[in-house]
Amino acid sequence: MSQHVEPHEPIPPEVSVGPVGHLGARAENGFPHKTSRAKPAVSHRPETLNKTLGLGGIITGLGVTMRHFFKNVAREKPEVTINYPEEKIPYPERHRGLHRLMLRDDGAVRCVACMCCPTACPAHCITIVAEETGNGNEKRPAIFEIDELRCVVCGLCVEACPCDAIRMDTGEHAHVVDKRHNAILGKVDLMNTGIPSTAVQGGAVNWREEP
Amino acid sequence: MKGIFLLFLVPTIAFVGLAVALVAGVGFLVPWLGGHEWGAFANTAWFQALVKMLLLLLAVVMPMASLMTWMERKQSAMMQDRVGPNRAAIGGVTAWGIIHFIADAVKMIMKEDFVPAKANRLLFTLAPVMAVVPVLVIFAIVPFGSDVCVEHLGDVVTNIANCGPTATMQVARMDVGLLFYFAIASLAVYGTTLAGWASYNKWSLLGGLRASSQMMSYEVTMGMAILGAFLVYGTLEPHAIVEAQSGGLLAWGIFSQPLGALLFFTAAIAETKRTPFDTPEGESEVIGYFVEYSGMRFGMFFLAEFIEVIFLGAIMTTVFFGGYHLPGLHTDGFHFGSHHLAMPHVLVLIVQTTVWGLKIVFFCWLQLIIRWTLPRIRPDQLMKLGWKQLLPLSIANILVTAVFVLWRMGAGK
Repeated sequence: MSQHVEPHEPIPPEVSVGPVGHLGARAENGFPHKTSRAKPAVSHRPETLNKTLGLGGIITGLGVTMRHFFKNVAREKPEVTINYPEEKIPYPERHRGLHRLMLRDDGAVRCVACMCCPTACPAHCITIVAEETGNGNEKRPAIFEIDELRCVVCGLCVEACPCDAIRMDTGEHAHVVDKRHNAILGKVDLMNTGIPSTAVQGGAVNWREEP
Repeated sequence: MKGIFLLFLVPTIAFVGLAVALVAGVGFLVPWLGGHEWGAFANTAWFQALVKMLLLLLAVVMPMASLMTWMERKQSAMMQDRVGPNRAAIGGVTAWGIIHFIADAVKMIMKEDFVPAKANRLLFTLAPVMAVVPVLVIFAIVPFGSDVCVEHLGDVVTNIANCGPTATMQVARMDVGLLFYFAIASLAVYGTTLAGWASYNKWSLLGGLRASSQMMSYEVTMGMAILGAFLVYGTLEPHAIVEAQSGGLLAWGIFSQPLGALLFFTAAIAETKRTPFDTPEGESEVIGYFVEYSGMRFGMFFLAEFIEVIFLGAIMTTVFFGGYHLPGLHTDGFHFGSHHLAMPHVLVLIVQTTVWGLKIVFFCWLQLIIRWTLPRIRPDQLMKLGWKQLLPLSIANILVTAVFVLWRMGAGK
């Protein structure tokens, strides 16, 4: 097979015929590598009865399905199936679900209406109207709405939030609604699933003094 | 393991119940009705046949056919690692999804009964009936138990021939037997062809044509394949065929006619028009001769198909698998070698009918396995298989069987 090949030499047609010993014949003529241009040797084996009726394949196939049948009868249910509404696969810990607004220790909303999240939001699904708390120069949201139909669940609002006010760790999907406006979650809806955050309000107190 | 246990237990319990109903009907009800002076009609063979037919159809065939709809879905699910029907429930009981057959029936009945505007109304209405009636009628020849000694139901009976009056566990015992089956079953082709033509739809016409060509082609093979069995048994009468297989397991027809059984089974599956021979209703090409049918009219085609499956199980059981015979069970009870367990006649009958039913369930199961394993073959492959492979094989089978039977007859002289 490693003999030198003449590239422009035409192939004599008689070289390619004959299923027996054609390689040897070609090697003598010096064309061992030109098999792709030669006609392939066609097998003219007579079809066996087994091949004609396909009984072997049929029996193999029946064996496969029967094996699966008896395996599944012996089981309670097929092992790949999750009966969805009754059984659910637990989501990964960092799965982004429905939003929630975190609370301060006194139960007030943690959000300071800094507008970072509506700015970061690529889908423009967050609407915040700010108001003053009357406590110094602090703000809070008068209206905080998230349109869950618009939300693309990217999580950028959570990244943007400077005070751990918005999170997407509820593990819930957007709820099924029958009217579009029901998919818009207001401040109260978002706070209902919220919990007090463990982050210290206003950041660490003495961070300037720390080395 | 619980599942496999149930797989055998549930049909057994069901068929013990059915067997009790059948034996009670034939052994008590029919003689009791005949013994009253309610008119001469109650004592005629016609009336008895009618009662038996109603028992057989209402107690066995129709329940099995409706359960086949569930069985098909559940079994295919099991074979394909799916769950299958498991939602329909009555009072929270789903019973492995069996309730779904009731839901199916309700759906079929509640659906709109649609007739295409240009369809031939008469033939369109007639076609589903033409499909169902023949497959119900052919159950008349199926023997579902040995003869009943009406006066010795509680005794141990050793010989049925000399125990007084007997009743037959068979609707019609006629000498033409299986020829009657072929004659009536070939009428079913009218149902499909009429449905295809009367719908005024090109697809259904194609489906009807395919169905008629397929059914006519495979009827030849069916007849030829079963001729070998006729030669072996020397009779066409199903009860006599079953009695000829009473001598234990090796007397069953499958051992004297293995090729004939295989050919007949193949041809008869083609006759039921189910996958792998479902070109008449190939969903991906022509939707079938029943494209235009909806609601219960479609349901009747559906039902006819399942009844054909059950009947094929019954006929395979009768001709090739010993009918109602269980190896070791004789008319006077079980024989294990030299041990003998005497059983009263009525108990033997119930066991026999149960065995008959379980064999049919096995063949339904086998047909469903085949239906959900093999892909559909092309119409030309279908014709090639029928005429160029199965038919020559069946003729060769007849020749070999005839030579063998002749040799044995010569040896017996």
